Amino acid sequence: MAAHQGSNWDLIKNGIIAENTIFKLAISLCPAIAVTNNLRNGFLMGVAVLFVQTMVNITISLLKNFIHPKIRIPIFMLVISGWVTITDMSMAAFAPDAYKQMGLYIQLIVAFASILARAEVFASKNKFMPSMFDGIGMGLGFLFALVVISFFRELLGKGTLWGIPIVDAKPLLIMILPAGGFFAVGILMAAFNWIDARYLRKRAQ
Amino acid sequence: MGSEFTRMFELFISASLINNFVFTRFLGLCIFFGVSKKMETAAGMSVTFTAVMMISAALSWVIFNHVMVPLEITFLKIVVFIGIVAGFVQASDTIMRKVAPGLYYKLGIYLALISTNCIILAVPLINAGEHYSFLEGIAFGFGSGIGFAIALVLMASIREKLEIADVPAPFKGMPIAFVVTGLIALAFAGFSGLITL
Repeated sequence: MAAHQGSNWDLIKNGIIAENTIFKLAISLCPAIAVTNNLRNGFLMGVAVLFVQTMVNITISLLKNFIHPKIRIPIFMLVISGWVTITDMSMAAFAPDAYKQMGLYIQLIVAFASILARAEVFASKNKFMPSMFDGIGMGLGFLFALVVISFFRELLGKGTLWGIPIVDAKPLLIMILPAGGFFAVGILMAAFNWIDARYLRKRAQ
Repeated sequence: MGSEFTRMFELFISASLINNFVFTRFLGLCIFFGVSKKMETAAGMSVTFTAVMMISAALSWVIFNHVMVPLEITFLKIVVFIGIVAGFVQASDTIMRKVAPGLYYKLGIYLALISTNCIILAVPLINAGEHYSFLEGIAFGFGSGIGFAIALVLMASIREKLEIADVPAPFKGMPIAFVVTGLIALAFAGFSGLITL
């Protein structure tokens, strides 16, 4: 991709819809299932990724002229792991309860394909502002996916939302079990495809 | 010595079956869905993964306990572990190309994919978090590798059949793979309680 042309709003929309990390590209799936058995954890994970993605994009776009192309991947990894360490330590300090449940997955943000991919294809070729908005867009897309998945899983699996009881019926325990995560993501992906196919068909007619 | 061996065996079973990386810890899913389309690639990937996991568990244990703990820089573990894994993978890539070109031709492309994979990085992180001893760490790495291999081979054999199955259009491809994985995960839930550590 060459230098980006188009408004910042387009970049954000691209990240949320056209190139949604989870539903469209199907990468960085591990946390999408691991931490989404309740809404709060899903939301916090999404915010952590949003933060790391944006900061990495900003850092890379500012440093791009000083990075030799041959060693760019290790440099990107260093930048990413630096920001992940910061996120990890702040999470441990400010949200210790949630951190106990999802600490490992916060640390593993460092191995996210989506973050490295955006640094490589976008931030290393674009100026400061577009890179920042691209990071925000991709991060929001991820946050959106996580919130949707965890919304359904917590509502169906426990009958609560953010720990507050909503439905007073016998919950479907399977939804908060590991297996339920796979089902939820599979069905939501199929729903995304279905909406997409109908929308495209309508436009084609 | 006997009890240590028992403990290693327990760790191995726990890592490969009960806390299977794919089905209960949800790690390595990108690779799991990416390469499980054909049996041959799945088998190649499993071998490479198991080897890399064991060796990186050993390497990172030595560096964590003999360099980072004495220097009190354990907060840098993410940076250091990713450096160790990437460096080691790069080195074995180069050595394999020189020494065993035939093997490199078969497994080389998987090696390149491994370096920044979450499942490889998770092994040293969990080892450090749980304060495993050197041998326990290796047993854990080996068990995790075998667990991942079981998952990949199971999934590949199912997906080869799925290719010719009549699946509703929106479910084609990834979504149906997810639903199938969910069913296998349900079966694997039956292993919980086999051993209590």
